[in-house]
Amino acid sequence: MKAIVSVFAHDAKGITAYVTGLLAAQDVNILDISQTLMQEYFAMIMLVDLAECPLPFDELARWLREKGEERSLAVHIQRQDIFEAMHRI
Amino acid sequence: MSYTFDSREILQTIEMIDQQHLDVRTVTMGVSLLDCAGESMERCCEKVYDKICRKAENLVETGCAIEREFGIPIVNKRVSVSPISLVAAACEAEDYVPLALTLDRAAKTVGVNFIGGFSALCHKGFTESDRKLIVSLPQALTETELVCGSVNVGSTKAGINMDAVALMGRIIRETADIDPMGCAKLVVFCNAVEDNPFMAGAFHGVGEPECVINVGVSGPGVVAHALKACKGEPFDVVAETIKRTAFKITRMGQLVAREASRRLDVPFGVVDLSLAPTPAVGDSVAEILEIMGLETCGIHGTTAALALLNDAVKKGGVMASSHVGGLSGAFIPVSEDAGMIAAAEKGVLSMDKLEAMTCVCSVGLDMIAVPGDTSAATLSAVIADEAAIGMVNNKTTAVRLIPAVGKQVGERIDFGGLLGSAPVMPLHGGSSEEFVARGGRIPAPLHALKN
Repeated sequence: MKAIVSVFAHDAKGITAYVTGLLAAQDVNILDISQTLMQEYFAMIMLVDLAECPLPFDELARWLREKGEERSLAVHIQRQDIFEAMHRI
Repeated sequence: MSYTFDSREILQTIEMIDQQHLDVRTVTMGVSLLDCAGESMERCCEKVYDKICRKAENLVETGCAIEREFGIPIVNKRVSVSPISLVAAACEAEDYVPLALTLDRAAKTVGVNFIGGFSALCHKGFTESDRKLIVSLPQALTETELVCGSVNVGSTKAGINMDAVALMGRIIRETADIDPMGCAKLVVFCNAVEDNPFMAGAFHGVGEPECVINVGVSGPGVVAHALKACKGEPFDVVAETIKRTAFKITRMGQLVAREASRRLDVPFGVVDLSLAPTPAVGDSVAEILEIMGLETCGIHGTTAALALLNDAVKKGGVMASSHVGGLSGAFIPVSEDAGMIAAAEKGVLSMDKLEAMTCVCSVGLDMIAVPGDTSAATLSAVIADEAAIGMVNNKTTAVRLIPAVGKQVGERIDFGGLLGSAPVMPLHGGSSEEFVARGGRIPAPLHALKN
């Protein structure tokens, strides 16, 4: 199952390394990464593959959110279907 | 299908949800209760309770799971049932309040926040059961929390049942005198639709299957945001922008509908692509009309603006979903729209303008507080006007008026929650008593003869 991980933070220091580390720890495979500045926030969007992740979706989502909060990051994961549905004919 | 990753689209979607109030307004499960009919009211209530609880057992949990996995807020999970006047028709009992109490209990057990369908369809005339249901409405709606009711008093094919119109004025009056909140859960329709997922007018129509999932989406904030970038552009561009935005909004509803249908193993009915406001700031249909260039919603130009909006929403949404239904247009419920409330309080938005607006959008005079001493005949006359607009224009119209007992123009009545609060709006003086007292039927218009 493919999903989108979105990360929002106030500054970019060490974020990429931290989040990719979290995902690697759960066998989540990163397929694509994009980073941008959205107003004053740093935003990172990743397309990931959950095929080899042992955790159920809800648990992974909760774990990522809590780990993100430890470093003052907003980390969300959601299935990519919504983006495909809304932006493709 | 492989997905091409575009971070701008993803950020746009996230912004729509986080900042522009994009959400699925409701996932409504329609349940047929026609097989619960029988002579014993007690047995009928048992069957009704059991069937609703059985069918909708996993509705709320599934809705929440979809919310979490897809990152889409699903604000309400609801149930709609077959018009109770049909379900209870075989019952020997006179009093239908036990069924309302049963619906209320079932709704609380499954965890939904409204249950619609305490309804009667009497556009051509009353059955005995219709009458029993209608006279039980004041008690049913004020003694329950979650039950919504509706009565269809006219249609393009049947004309207008003016006896029903006269009766409903009295029923609204009676309900208000017990508790005005009850009136917020009662809709009087012309050309009611069978698959509307929104409350308070939702019921599971007779042509519908055993069980169905209907979804109502919402995104006035998203449309407003998109239009802010169109300042000064001609209407072609405005219409196109609304269309594209409506497409995205409706696609989200379609996704949720399909997923809910799959997980619950219940057929997918329709996506109702209506633009439904809430009292929250930035979630207003009135604001869209003002962004289109009107100083305040309700001044001249409002009807034209709403006509464009209503049509563009439909055109954009229809491409996005395999089955579009329900009311599908723009909603103008006064107490549920911060912009409408402000315009009414300023005295700019009047009943007459709202009536004109109902000609070009998908609901009628909705969630409007009127002076507490408004007579039943005047209420009926307002209903008659709305029904005529619906009948002649082949569209759904409805009236949900709330006599604000003890209050006059210039004061406010507070409903709380999603129902918001409403400024009391003035109605015309003068008596419509003689007109309403005539009764009988207003015949169907000529263009109803289409065969």
